[in-house]
Amino acid sequence: MDTESTYSGYSYYSGRSKGSHRHGERTRDRDRHKSRNKDSRSEKSVTINAPPAEPLLGDSTARGEDTQDDNWGETTTAVTGTSEHSLSQEDIVRITKDLEDSVGLDCRRYLALSLAAGLGLLVFLTPLAFLALPHLLWPEKLQACGTACEGLFISVAFKLLILLLAVWALFCRAPRAGLPRVFAFRALLAVLVLLFVLSYWLFYGVRILDSQDENYQGIVQYAVSLVDALLFIHYLAIVLLELRQLQPCFTLCATRSTDGETRHYNLGQLSIQRAALAVLENYYRDFPIHNPSLLTASKSRAAKHLAGLKVYNVDGEFPEAPAEGPGNNAPAGMAHSQSRAMIAAAARRRDASHNELYYEEAEHERRVRKRKARLVVAVEEAFTHIKRMQEEEQKKAPGDVMDPREAAQAIFPSMARALQKYLRTTKQQHCHSMESIQKHLAFCVTNNMTPKAFLESYLSAGPTLQYGRERWLARQWTLVSEASVTSGLREGSVFVLRSLDFSLVVSVKRLPFIQLGEEYVDPKSHKFVLRLQSETSV
Amino acid sequence: MSFIPGQPVTAVVQRVEIQKLCQGDHLILGFSIGGGMDQDPVQNPYSEDKTDKGIYVTRVTPKGPAEKAGLMMGDKIMQVNGWDMTMVTHDQARKRLTKKKEDVVRLLVTRKSLEEAVKHSMCGYPKQ
Repeated sequence: MDTESTYSGYSYYSGRSKGSHRHGERTRDRDRHKSRNKDSRSEKSVTINAPPAEPLLGDSTARGEDTQDDNWGETTTAVTGTSEHSLSQEDIVRITKDLEDSVGLDCRRYLALSLAAGLGLLVFLTPLAFLALPHLLWPEKLQACGTACEGLFISVAFKLLILLLAVWALFCRAPRAGLPRVFAFRALLAVLVLLFVLSYWLFYGVRILDSQDENYQGIVQYAVSLVDALLFIHYLAIVLLELRQLQPCFTLCATRSTDGETRHYNLGQLSIQRAALAVLENYYRDFPIHNPSLLTASKSRAAKHLAGLKVYNVDGEFPEAPAEGPGNNAPAGMAHSQSRAMIAAAARRRDASHNELYYEEAEHERRVRKRKARLVVAVEEAFTHIKRMQEEEQKKAPGDVMDPREAAQAIFPSMARALQKYLRTTKQQHCHSMESIQKHLAFCVTNNMTPKAFLESYLSAGPTLQYGRERWLARQWTLVSEASVTSGLREGSVFVLRSLDFSLVVSVKRLPFIQLGEEYVDPKSHKFVLRLQSETSV
Repeated sequence: MSFIPGQPVTAVVQRVEIQKLCQGDHLILGFSIGGGMDQDPVQNPYSEDKTDKGIYVTRVTPKGPAEKAGLMMGDKIMQVNGWDMTMVTHDQARKRLTKKKEDVVRLLVTRKSLEEAVKHSMCGYPKQ
């Protein structure tokens, strides 16, 4: 059973909502933990516990929990300092967040999209409106448009076209991610553009519409200045949104919590949510796929360590049963000395588990190598049965020809058994389905790849993108951060990207300030002497 | 045998007089020299101070005139017939030793054991 996808450490009574399974345990100093004595398999549970120094809030709660069924006892119970029937602050926050979620991230996205579209339309139509309104409202009073004025028309037209292309290039892209908070710089720019356009309209309305100005050239120049300023705002948008984060100044160290795979990335000045997005995009490319079946060995070893000693939980001040095992010198009920007793007992016990590990690993290595050898031979032999037909041969003998898919299906059975055994030994069998293997085989055959090239994707674990979409789980990430996610990266900040089975812990360090000195070497300064030690006989 | 730059060189020396032996149409002395102002002093195996660019005896042919006269391997040659040998090039040293007109060379050589011998003999006498 997979205890990796843990359920949060909230007790039954402190309010469980449907979102609770997404949030991991939170540490709070007011929590009191109570353990179950069979609780050895979930590493998030605490086995050595103190009885609380003050009595639990309401003995009825404790007794009520005792009558729960055993399966539920896998999680720790945290009795917060609130009474049974009130909701704590975290619950309220969680419920409102869930409400927001359920109303729809879609709603938020459509809202943002419609706002942006409206703003864009306003921005593009404003100069045209500025130019057209005088003709519509007071055409007879208006001065005729001379040469310079008509030249300005061309300028307005082209600048609007350039602005249209630039906005299309920068903003009209399919969103590649859904971030938790609004993008601060985009909001800022939208507000700026809105204020700007509104102030221009205000000026236009008061000075030109009200007074019905006849100087059409002045109005056209006003419209041109608006378009110029919009282009400058677009330049500002490029600098803020695209250029500012290009220069790397932080290095992020991303570590996977289950197996310790670590990678480093250099990023520029970004907000935490954008940095998290960058790390995730690189995660899919760089980190080998997360394989939970490779971690069962260490879990079983941990279980064996804990199963060796029985610890009796102590309620109240006086212990009813002493802790078993050698080294029982614990005075009554103190967690400190009880854990010390446990550690001392474990140290004294003659433990041969390191020996087992060594031999087990050697044996596994040998088995893998044997299976690999058989697999390589089988695949090489299978590939010799297929030969690409040349063009002329195709015309001459249109008999038993196959397309790549059929060719793959024809040679697959001869290597299927060896491949299956190998995948089982290296615990990869759930990553590759039969169709995916056949598809890959057809792909290799089409592109004239050697058997070694075909096998490479099975011999070593590739990045997550190499496997099917169902393993990507790209919609299940949660960003856990102490600082606000729209705040910028800072030296020493840490945030966690949590997926269902594992989490990526990311820590930020500033890149060092490099002081580079200079030393000039004259090309003529490379001179050499011959150093001899000769001996002459006299 | 170490020297302090700028100060006069002092050493305990031994006089060695070698009669040249006539071998064919050459006059040989029966030893080989190494070192000199133009050579690499670091490679000299006999010198104490590896910056010493003096002339050292690197080999003494057995039963030759040099051995008979008491020259030993590792000796530093300070003077040859009155000519100084502490600041000469290797070739100049060779020339001074192989002058055809002379059939006797009088060398002043120094070695470590000479200094020690003098020190021992001086310690023998109590200070007065």
